[in-house]
Amino acid sequence: MSGYIASDKAHMLLRRHALLLAASALPLGRPARAQGAGKDAPALVAAASDLQFALEDVAARFRADTGLDARLVFGSSGNLTRQAEQGAPFQLLLSADEGFIFRLAESGAARDRGALYAEGRIVLFAPPGSPLRVDGGLDGLRAALDAGQVTRFAIANPEHAPYGRAAEEALRSAGLWERVQPHLVLGENISQAMQFATAAGAQGGIVALSLVRAPQAQGRGTWALLPDTLHKPLLQRMALLRPAGATAERFYAYMQTPAGREVMRRYGFVLPGEAQ
Amino acid sequence: MVDWTALHLSLVLGAATLLLLLPPAAWLGRVLAYRRFPGRELAEVLVALPLVLPPTVFGYGLLLLFGTGSPFGQAAIVVLGHPLAFSFEGLLIASVLVNVPFAVQPIQNAFAAVPRNVREAASVSGMAPGQALLRVELPLAWPGIAVAAALTFAHTLGEFGVVLMVGGSIPGQTRTAAIALYDRVQAFDDRGAALMAAALLVVSLAALLLSNLLSRQVGRRTRDA
Repeated sequence: MSGYIASDKAHMLLRRHALLLAASALPLGRPARAQGAGKDAPALVAAASDLQFALEDVAARFRADTGLDARLVFGSSGNLTRQAEQGAPFQLLLSADEGFIFRLAESGAARDRGALYAEGRIVLFAPPGSPLRVDGGLDGLRAALDAGQVTRFAIANPEHAPYGRAAEEALRSAGLWERVQPHLVLGENISQAMQFATAAGAQGGIVALSLVRAPQAQGRGTWALLPDTLHKPLLQRMALLRPAGATAERFYAYMQTPAGREVMRRYGFVLPGEAQ
Repeated sequence: MVDWTALHLSLVLGAATLLLLLPPAAWLGRVLAYRRFPGRELAEVLVALPLVLPPTVFGYGLLLLFGTGSPFGQAAIVVLGHPLAFSFEGLLIASVLVNVPFAVQPIQNAFAAVPRNVREAASVSGMAPGQALLRVELPLAWPGIAVAAALTFAHTLGEFGVVLMVGGSIPGQTRTAAIALYDRVQAFDDRGAALMAAALLVVSLAALLLSNLLSRQVGRRTRDA
């Protein structure tokens, strides 16, 4: 008898949580969509996470030069592309590779196939105190693997993050992929891979040059640029999406001006039409 | 394709969480139900905290705790030979902590619902406290324990934010079914994502259904007795 009472109570608890869940799903007033219409309305810009620091810098310069605001959303290129396809109100998307932009152009979510804005580079990175010696030939990594000193090595998830794909290609080119694989930790995007490589006990990782060049990353470890012959080029492309307004168009153009390019160059990006 | 490794890992994580969490949760639930002591209110609030605390707060806290900068993280490296972050053990610790309210609250309610006169009758008729616990209290509180087990198990399968922050998506170690589903979605593998989602849905439903059945059957038996 009292067994029933107890069970009823427990179920009430369950039901209360279920109700809470259901209530939270109710549309309590629509959030304001980013307006593409207003001429000076801020632009909502989605960007691959290798741009985490560089694009903040570009947006600050853009604001200073034009008085216009670009609001930035960072994530993995795959995730942002998917969100854009599902109707996220992004006005401009800067992907870390071309494929996602072509995909958006085909589905009609992007206005066109957009423009290349940078070529990305990857580095071998080791946090302070790591036994891993960093060099462009990955000899230090090979030696550390031989010595059994690598237990955790961070890269972005190659399945959907372009920088993760490049890291895999580089490790394969060096003949180290099979040996590193058991030790891999996969970041959801390249920022998280960087965070894994710096803070959480990994001996190192392969991350974006644009992240280690950022002032925020100074003193967090040592790094060495990997030759671009080790992986397919990271051709980073951007395109205006359907909801784009005047500010987004200005920002898209600004990325291609000398001022915008100068900032990107500082973070180690190779710019279209320029050699190393 | 269904990521069976990930699904298997989630089931193992759920079972291990149950094994570790349920005994202390049963003890704590009973203490909270019967004892009056200073700090009891605080204990109840702490138990309920993971219900409202964002998983990212948990994830961040665990990153700091597991990191090489913390004494705990250092000790774990000495004991395990590897850091707790990115490891199954780390996920297990996270899972146990996050599930405390789901395990303790139903059990506490169940013990609280055992009528005082029944417990007094047990003691008056000469039952030792241990005997009374085994033969009177536990059979009566059993449905609450079954619900606690089902909620804990189902919630472990669904845990996402914490795992995303401290896991590192390692196949067979930290890539749980919920993370694998997320990876499938990002990789534009809609079929894989749908299959993973369906598998998780079925397992969660089965866990809840099983606990309902168990608690009802035991309820019936204790009533007939």
